[in-house]
Amino acid sequence: MEKGTYRVKCGLAEMLKGGVIMDVTSPEQAKIAEDAGAVAVMALERVPADIRAAGGVARMADPEIIIKIMNTVTIPVMAKVRIGHFVEAQILEALGVDFIDESEVLTPADEEHHINKWDFKVPFVCGCRDLGEALRRIGEGAAMIRTKGEAGTGNVVEAVRHMRAVTSEIRRIQNMPDDELMTEAKKLQAPYELVKKVKEVGRLPVVNFAAGGIATPADAAMMMQLGADGVFVGSGIFKSEDPAARARAIVEAVAHYDEPEVLAQISRGIGEPMKGIEVSKLSEEELLQTRGW
Amino acid sequence: MSVKVGVLAFQGDVSEHIEAFRKAGADPFPLKKAEDLDRIDALSLPGGESTTISRFLKEGKFYEIIPQKYSEGMAIFATCAGMILLSKEVIENSVESMGLINIKVKRNAYGRQRDSFEESIFLEFDNKPFTAIFIRAPRIVEVGNGVSVISKFNEEPVLVQSGKILAASFHPELTDDLRIHRYFLKMVEKR
Repeated sequence: MEKGTYRVKCGLAEMLKGGVIMDVTSPEQAKIAEDAGAVAVMALERVPADIRAAGGVARMADPEIIIKIMNTVTIPVMAKVRIGHFVEAQILEALGVDFIDESEVLTPADEEHHINKWDFKVPFVCGCRDLGEALRRIGEGAAMIRTKGEAGTGNVVEAVRHMRAVTSEIRRIQNMPDDELMTEAKKLQAPYELVKKVKEVGRLPVVNFAAGGIATPADAAMMMQLGADGVFVGSGIFKSEDPAARARAIVEAVAHYDEPEVLAQISRGIGEPMKGIEVSKLSEEELLQTRGW
Repeated sequence: MSVKVGVLAFQGDVSEHIEAFRKAGADPFPLKKAEDLDRIDALSLPGGESTTISRFLKEGKFYEIIPQKYSEGMAIFATCAGMILLSKEVIENSVESMGLINIKVKRNAYGRQRDSFEESIFLEFDNKPFTAIFIRAPRIVEVGNGVSVISKFNEEPVLVQSGKILAASFHPELTDDLRIHRYFLKMVEKR
């Protein structure tokens, strides 16, 4: 019996496809998420909007909170570690967390190196803004990718930018003759083998979710139409007026993302979304997406 | 005419099932509307989160329609979450099931993701090993009348057949080995 092979890690990501992963900060919220049909929850001390507001150093959540959430739901539980903080990751693996998010939402622990994710039996998901960044993370062993977007803003504009960047770069590589791939790998700063693989399969070699700023069923469905395999919703649910209704609606929107009639129906009467922030009003230092490379 | 397979497409590894059936020579498509059950020979319930898929089954009245279509001759292939949804009993009742196959299952019973694994198993109808991928897999804890065991791991059933249902606790669709899909397609009668 072989545990934690790359195939087994990527396999869990495949099982999450077409689903919504929700940020939760308590067992009660986790239950609401599970009942709404979330495929997994992200256990946190604070949602990104509150991390943004609180300032200071944001770290891995208290294991106490993570354990309580793991004991409450039957769906997979994810948790975040700081970029490069391999000991936080060792702790989460020891706790039995199902998926680790090496996340720019927390304060980076290493400004040069990400975690060597091949060292772990638990799969990792990492953020990206373009194809090169996605392939670097996969090269380090990530079993799943998500767009970074701009977390905690309730503004989908950055997630759209990042998803479009990834898909248009993939299309470009598909049309490239093989003898140009090495130079392309050099430009992208990405492993050559993975660039070749992208050309061969016409998509990222692992599951790719959208994240960072998704606040409405329409946002979620748009990200799916742009090619996401599923979505993460952070602050968007529990910072809204009626979290349970919004959570249910977003789950439905992801399953029916290409059916405008259904989307029209489920977008009705779900209360106010989170207020949101205009991303261009944020200063360079306030941006989370520029953390990591 | 190749066998028409509807792959239930609300959530899960739908594209892997479609790909595997296509390679095995069937004619698969993603199925989300109950009326599409009328035009298929077989239904495939993918892996995914059974709690999530169950939500959509309830809303679309699939809990009533699938058993009815099965009684009319539709074959069903189910992996992991799909197997949970077809079983007679789910321990702790955390998910509603259809009771179409006489097995009792326990969800996530091989442990959390860090305990997910791959292992060589043997199939009743073949003598070459098959690499089975188990992901937060359900455990078949009891097999009742009318159910035959096609494969075991650690003396416990992991692939079972009952009438026109074939159910696996692992994921044949995640490997390139099509033997289990081909075996299932032989069980299907054109309708």
